Amino acid sequence: MKRMSDQAPAKHKEDRPAPDDHLDQASPTHRPLDLPAVRAQLQSKTGKQYWRTLEELAGDPNFEELLHREFPRQAPSEWDDAVDRRDFLRLMAASLALAGLSGCGRAPEQYIVPYVKQPDGVVPGNPQFYATAMPFGADAIGLLVESHEGRPTKVEGNPDHPSSLGSTNAFAQASILSLYDPDRAQTVTKAGEIQTWSQFLDAAQALAATFRSTRGEGLRILTGIINSPILAADLQTILTLYPSAKWHQWEPAVGDGTREGAKLAFGSYVNTVYRPENADVILSLDSDFLASGPGNVRYMRDFYKRRKLNGPGDAMNRLYVVEPTPSVTGSSADHRLPLRSADVEQFARALAAKLGLGGSGKLAPDADKWLDAVVKDLKKYPRRTLVLAGEQQSAEVHALVHAVNNALGNVGITLYYTEPAEAHPVNHLDSLRELCVDIDHGKVSALLILGVNPVYTAPHDFDFAAKLRFDEKRKGKRIETVIYVSPHFDETAQYCDWHVAESHYLEAWGDARAFDGTVSVVQPLIAPLYRTHSLHDVLAAFTDKPGLSAYDAVRDRLKAANPSGDFEKFWRKTLNDGVVAGTAFPAMNASLKFNPASLSPAKESSSGELEFLFRPDPSIYDGRFANNGWLQELPKPVTKLTWDNAALVSPKTAQDLKVTHSIPSRGGEHGQILSDVVDISISGSKVTAAAWILPGQAEGVVVLPLGYGRKKAGYTGTNKGFNAYAVRASNALWAANAPSSVIRKTGDDYPLACTQYHFNMEGRHILVSGTLDEYHNNPNFAHEHEELPPRELSLYKGEAEFPYARNKWAMAIDLNSCNGCNACVIACQAENNIAVVGKDQVMRGREMHWIRIDRYYTSTLSATGPGGGLASGKSTGDPSEYQPALDNPDTFFQPVPCQQCENAPCEQVCPVGATVHSAEGLNDMVYQRCVGTRYCSNNCPYKVRRFNFLRFQDWETPQFKLMRNPEVTVRSRGVMEKCSYCVQRIDKARIDADKKDQPVPDGAIITACEQACPSQAIVFGNANDPNSRVAKLRTQQRNYQIMPELNSRPRTTYLAAVRNPNPELENA
Amino acid sequence: MGFAVLAVLAAARSPYMTRQNITREQPVQFSHKHHVGDDGIDCRYCHTSVETSAFAGIPPTKTCMNCHSVLFNNAAYLEPVRESYRDDKSIQWVKIHRLADFAYFNHSIHVNKGVGCSTCHGHVDEMPLVFQANTLLMQWCVDCHRSPEAVLREKPEDVYNMDWTAPPNQEEIGKRLAKERQIRTTAELTSCSTCHR
Repeated sequence: MKRMSDQAPAKHKEDRPAPDDHLDQASPTHRPLDLPAVRAQLQSKTGKQYWRTLEELAGDPNFEELLHREFPRQAPSEWDDAVDRRDFLRLMAASLALAGLSGCGRAPEQYIVPYVKQPDGVVPGNPQFYATAMPFGADAIGLLVESHEGRPTKVEGNPDHPSSLGSTNAFAQASILSLYDPDRAQTVTKAGEIQTWSQFLDAAQALAATFRSTRGEGLRILTGIINSPILAADLQTILTLYPSAKWHQWEPAVGDGTREGAKLAFGSYVNTVYRPENADVILSLDSDFLASGPGNVRYMRDFYKRRKLNGPGDAMNRLYVVEPTPSVTGSSADHRLPLRSADVEQFARALAAKLGLGGSGKLAPDADKWLDAVVKDLKKYPRRTLVLAGEQQSAEVHALVHAVNNALGNVGITLYYTEPAEAHPVNHLDSLRELCVDIDHGKVSALLILGVNPVYTAPHDFDFAAKLRFDEKRKGKRIETVIYVSPHFDETAQYCDWHVAESHYLEAWGDARAFDGTVSVVQPLIAPLYRTHSLHDVLAAFTDKPGLSAYDAVRDRLKAANPSGDFEKFWRKTLNDGVVAGTAFPAMNASLKFNPASLSPAKESSSGELEFLFRPDPSIYDGRFANNGWLQELPKPVTKLTWDNAALVSPKTAQDLKVTHSIPSRGGEHGQILSDVVDISISGSKVTAAAWILPGQAEGVVVLPLGYGRKKAGYTGTNKGFNAYAVRASNALWAANAPSSVIRKTGDDYPLACTQYHFNMEGRHILVSGTLDEYHNNPNFAHEHEELPPRELSLYKGEAEFPYARNKWAMAIDLNSCNGCNACVIACQAENNIAVVGKDQVMRGREMHWIRIDRYYTSTLSATGPGGGLASGKSTGDPSEYQPALDNPDTFFQPVPCQQCENAPCEQVCPVGATVHSAEGLNDMVYQRCVGTRYCSNNCPYKVRRFNFLRFQDWETPQFKLMRNPEVTVRSRGVMEKCSYCVQRIDKARIDADKKDQPVPDGAIITACEQACPSQAIVFGNANDPNSRVAKLRTQQRNYQIMPELNSRPRTTYLAAVRNPNPELENA
Repeated sequence: MGFAVLAVLAAARSPYMTRQNITREQPVQFSHKHHVGDDGIDCRYCHTSVETSAFAGIPPTKTCMNCHSVLFNNAAYLEPVRESYRDDKSIQWVKIHRLADFAYFNHSIHVNKGVGCSTCHGHVDEMPLVFQANTLLMQWCVDCHRSPEAVLREKPEDVYNMDWTAPPNQEEIGKRLAKERQIRTTAELTSCSTCHR
């Protein structure tokens, strides 16, 4: 492959941030990643290897430089003007001397503003918690929201809610930032002019009156998935009042396969609820059930219940995943088979055939062998297995999976069927198409769009913008009145007549159904910050009860459903619990009316073609969270990219397409990766994207994550990444096949911010993993190659100085339960007022997350066959050969917060005593002492310290002042910060216990990360208390320290990951 | 040069900077001397959350009106209070005891362990206008965190007793109380994260 450095220097597009010329001159080397060289390297290595980036695997010298520098050889980037840093300091010193004392005058007066009448139950200084729920697609996550004197500041899971059980996901955690988003639409507008709500109501009722006479002819409503009973009732009322009106639905990131598959299998729409805790063997066909789709938070808890090991005698479930691109679920599988999306259907057909259900599927020989082993394993555990199909898979795959689960006897044990949780299941693509056709035929005179953004998300061949905007040919608009309700003035809003700013779920009453049918009342915590209204308020204007508030609507509905008894008491209990008791759907009998043999033959994938897949982005979903800085800066679970999406390609496809990426050698700006830019022309449209090489992706698959490239998302979300919707056509909604010639390298490169190049730890014993058999045979495997220096061998006085008489805080993280879902990262950010720094700063390695999740790849390499891990046969040295280390490596995730070392290296080098040991074993970080030498960070072997290079916090925007946790200092520029084990929560629990003269009970302190973790991988507590959960975990043999040879004695320990591979596949 | 540094440090700790012993005008010239000293109203009648929260609580206007809707209900002096109640607008009191933002003081644990109000706030019952009786500098906090025995009061009701004075055998009593009430060790009480986070 030709080296890019031989060619002309990379050209940068004008609209992209160009690197500083000064820096490029300083270090001219520009080595792109050379994949054949990586393959050759792999063939010469032996033994089990862990690595995080391809460059690390390749032994790239630029990577070595990153490794050795905690802080990049710093670019004087903040000092762009003629005054350089040295001059600046000199000037500052002089002016300080002149200024004398004026710089430290006494603090200005502050005022105390008490209530006039203090509300009942409010104790100033003590937060309150209210139960509510966050509606999301066909699910709702039950929450307890913390409120400080009326300001919601933090979201936690509701232990009584079935889809939460006390945990949350990253979206729910980040929703608090969406509430305070300063870019939200703030009022009602008509053609961009501010209007009052009553003006809107008048217009809506006038419109409604005209439709009364025409029975609603020409009235259309477009929504996303509706799972709120009151909204469903409103819509039903409207359809009854105006019989000719129509309700359309479009949810861009949820496939119709789930719905249509159920219809194909059972003849009607049926909801499937899984019980993964009852399954011994789980096979996922491209289903990311642990991280997306209804019930994912609950499923994660249930799935990992079966992977908690107390000792080597314990058993574990086994997870097989077949998928085209690595997902959170696939990355934690025991066996993972990368297959093209089209081949997943073949796989499902072959599975049904092998179970004797008829039909046939065509598989490659190695995949067929893999399937044989899986089928044997499934048969070994009758009625104790579970097969799942992905949301993006076709109706056929879903129907086949229903048939397979039925044949395996799983129904009623590992899954059950209920009536649909969504109010009105329809085929969304057909529904949207019908709307578009009717608009074109002039059948639509008024369109109400509620909460979806069709101009951005509709298939590009529908050209939804053209439906709304002025039509030159007709000399007019196709629709007379378009009313749009959304939280932002976005891509669709600009073409609409009326725009109503939508309230956040924490601002308006409502209700929502969870994945299992349980109804929650969505209880607001704060009056609307702006003049916003709920979807119910808008719909009610068209019903016969236009003034009915959402609060009354929710109460009326519950009253009607519970006519007997004391309603007020019931209502209070419902609000307190967060769930309406007894509303979960009962399991229903669904009889299978489907014969796999009757399926018409599927389209076979042609290996010469590329398969382009559209997937919701793991961080910003379908684009609705694009303006959420926390989610934008959240490293995506597998790729660890931030602020951008990229066209994901497998290493082999990248080699074929000759796309690569390089680390610009400039002293290690840790996160900046220059990726080749490609033009992709599919489905009659074109998009320009940066390419990203993703090990473990199926060959020939290109994934285009949705949600980016927004044009009107707000300050944070606009013009980030590329818009995959632009090449998404209605006939290829989830997968498009095209010859490889549709990808063309433009010759440009594009800087991507990838955090997996940051905070590299060097040393042994960082991530430890083994198999269940290894664990059985050698329970001490986690300590095999451990070097533990004697305790005395230390400059520290150790326990003589710190006896830790009462509490000895410690954290144990079970790597067996972590799948990198990121809930903890955002929970920590919300709890600890952590700043967002922006893409440019992430590329300089300056993101501020106190807990990061490292993603490791591993494979057992062997120079003399059986070639590398799962691959069969001896290595031939052929660079195109299948190399599991690249093409399907095992993946592990390791969350790394501050290790709170007993012999903390950071403490010894701080010249001002800003990081010191506490009597309970914390490494206290004292911001007001810190002068910013960064010595501590340089000396931290775990790379967990974060420095405020600039004033990253936004101190001006008033909304953010409301959002912050008042219990945690908001840090300023020049100060080091790091994980404190949520010391504010420790202090609170300790004070509560001390007031009762009792020890802090186990479980009274739940750190933010522990609280959010759906799989309960993180456990915090007092290591001195032998009955505490953390002390018990610490006595397990799997418990190990990172880099014990340093004798830093971290308080954060890890439990080695254990996978449960099928021996039959292992030895194949 | 050394003298200049010392002068700056001395100035930074002067009452001018700490606002020790300085009274300030309030929207209503509320007299603690009258309410506490003359009328004998308990601290907790107004500062309701002192035993349960970090914040002792500044009374809502409603608390004032409990009495002043009947007593002195025509006094011009109290017009701001009535106005606040009438218009539902908070009274803005000037904050007298002001800790740095990075110090997280908790009232409830101090009074629950037997540290009396007057230990920090001085003879509030003799202050027509409240002023800050101590420096509130970290040194002053830490003095007590190093040896809390000197200030622990035996009887719970004495916590709110403005006239409490240390008995001659306070050291002996204090040591016993510290043990009984499981007061944390000096090392624990002087760990940074006890007050800063």
